[in-house]
Amino acid sequence: MDYFYHILVIALIYVIFASSLNLELGYAGLYNFGHVAFFAIGAYTSALLSLAGFSPAASMAIALLCSAASGALLAMPALRLSGDYFGIATLAFGELARLFALNERWLTKGPMGLPGIPRPLGIEAGISGIPVYFIFTVTITVAVLLILRKTTMSPFGRALKVVREDEFVARAFGKNVFSLKVRAVAMGSLFAGLAGALYAHFVTYISPYDFSLNETILVLLCVVLGGKGTLSGPVLGAFVIIFFQELLRFLPIPTDWGRFVSPIQGMIYGAVLVILMLKRPEGIIPEHRTLQC
Amino acid sequence: MLTIENVTKSFGGLTAVCGVSLQLGEIPITGLVGPNGSGKSTLFHMITGFYSVDKGRVFLEDREITNLKPHLISRMGLLRTFQHTRVLPFLSTLENLIAAAPLQRGESLVKLFLRPGAVRRDEKKNTEKAREVLETIRLQRLAEELAGRLSYGQQRLLELGRILMADPRVILLDEPTAGINPSLVRDLVQVIRGLTGGGIQVFLIEHNMPLVMELCDRVLVMDAGGLIFEGFPHEAVKDKAVIEAYLGKARDASKS
Repeated sequence: MDYFYHILVIALIYVIFASSLNLELGYAGLYNFGHVAFFAIGAYTSALLSLAGFSPAASMAIALLCSAASGALLAMPALRLSGDYFGIATLAFGELARLFALNERWLTKGPMGLPGIPRPLGIEAGISGIPVYFIFTVTITVAVLLILRKTTMSPFGRALKVVREDEFVARAFGKNVFSLKVRAVAMGSLFAGLAGALYAHFVTYISPYDFSLNETILVLLCVVLGGKGTLSGPVLGAFVIIFFQELLRFLPIPTDWGRFVSPIQGMIYGAVLVILMLKRPEGIIPEHRTLQC
Repeated sequence: MLTIENVTKSFGGLTAVCGVSLQLGEIPITGLVGPNGSGKSTLFHMITGFYSVDKGRVFLEDREITNLKPHLISRMGLLRTFQHTRVLPFLSTLENLIAAAPLQRGESLVKLFLRPGAVRRDEKKNTEKAREVLETIRLQRLAEELAGRLSYGQQRLLELGRILMADPRVILLDEPTAGINPSLVRDLVQVIRGLTGGGIQVFLIEHNMPLVMELCDRVLVMDAGGLIFEGFPHEAVKDKAVIEAYLGKARDASKS
């Protein structure tokens, strides 16, 4: 049963992570391939602060602000680039963040990672704390989804869609396209940081290997599979992907083949992503009834 | 209202617009005609800030708007349409209109969460206005339809409607009737005329000469980046320079 709660918590963390990417990708039309960086910034900031003696809850709050600020700081130069080039710049930033965590040992302890991260609100470490942490995560996830719902259904969300559909038109109608995009990335990074902080305090041990390019692809897949530009799409996508990943553990694979599983999984995700983009770009839950012109 | 002084734009070695000056003054509808590649759209792009101006100055009333960002120019009441239709296909007709309203408080994240009342009031006001505009452009029936599903002509009407949402003072229309069927052209002409009744000044690029003669109070003709004629439409079609620009130089039959 605790195992089941564990998977649920991870799935919920991915719900937040995917929804935060969806704000950028689905609404503002920004292909951010370095989204994992903000997950990592949230995780490391919160972990380091709480290990330094701050209360875990306060650490998480500070971590959110750090993620949002670094999102805005990345967005400002990167958004001077358009389309694909923005994607490449963010991809580079994602790797940069991972390499920073790997090499700046004085701060992050490098590949050894950070063990013993305390849980917030006095939730017990180890397996016994998992059900309570589950309730904690559910509460936060619901709050995040409500905030995102209000944001995306507002004039702000509509303005983001205008930017996504046609930047020229957005400019012609008095929208400050650059500012809208920066705010979308900052808010997306804020919630990615929240997901990262939730992750760090849940698993209580993080290392640079938790924040590789694979995570970006996984979360991208959650958004695209579920349906970008919708509130429920990334939620569904995250649950499908995380449960699929866990089911793989029960496949009767001979132990000495174990080393092939992870690369093959990556290949499958890549292939699914390409096929989805070609065959069903709107995902499982489409934003609209299909346009037939 | 709109005054342009000696503007020039070059792309590498090609001078697209060369030292053009013009004034719309108080004239309700001004037409801009000229052969393809004569610099008309480039001029529009410069006025609205989409292209930078190399030399010269642009004024809206007495405020200089040379090289301001497009969204700032738009907020000052100078609105435009594009040569090709650019509706937002995945938003409904009504949403296309509401989205075009300027300075919505709900577009600020802070106000969205801290001043929900003001945001709601704005949204209500904009929705009501959008419904009025829908009537003006005669698309009430299609309010909830995705804009991408409208016919080409209806999309052009929607583009005009979108401009009305922004309380414009001057509007620039880039070939508003291109590619739409004659009956919708009549609708469009009526809508454009209706605008001037409300005190909006219209500056439009158009290739259809009979329409220009019918609709415009004054016409400007461009050729090879320069202004070659300015005056009444019925004079333009008789002007020698204009005819040469469109049809080429007349050959003297006796010499050949």
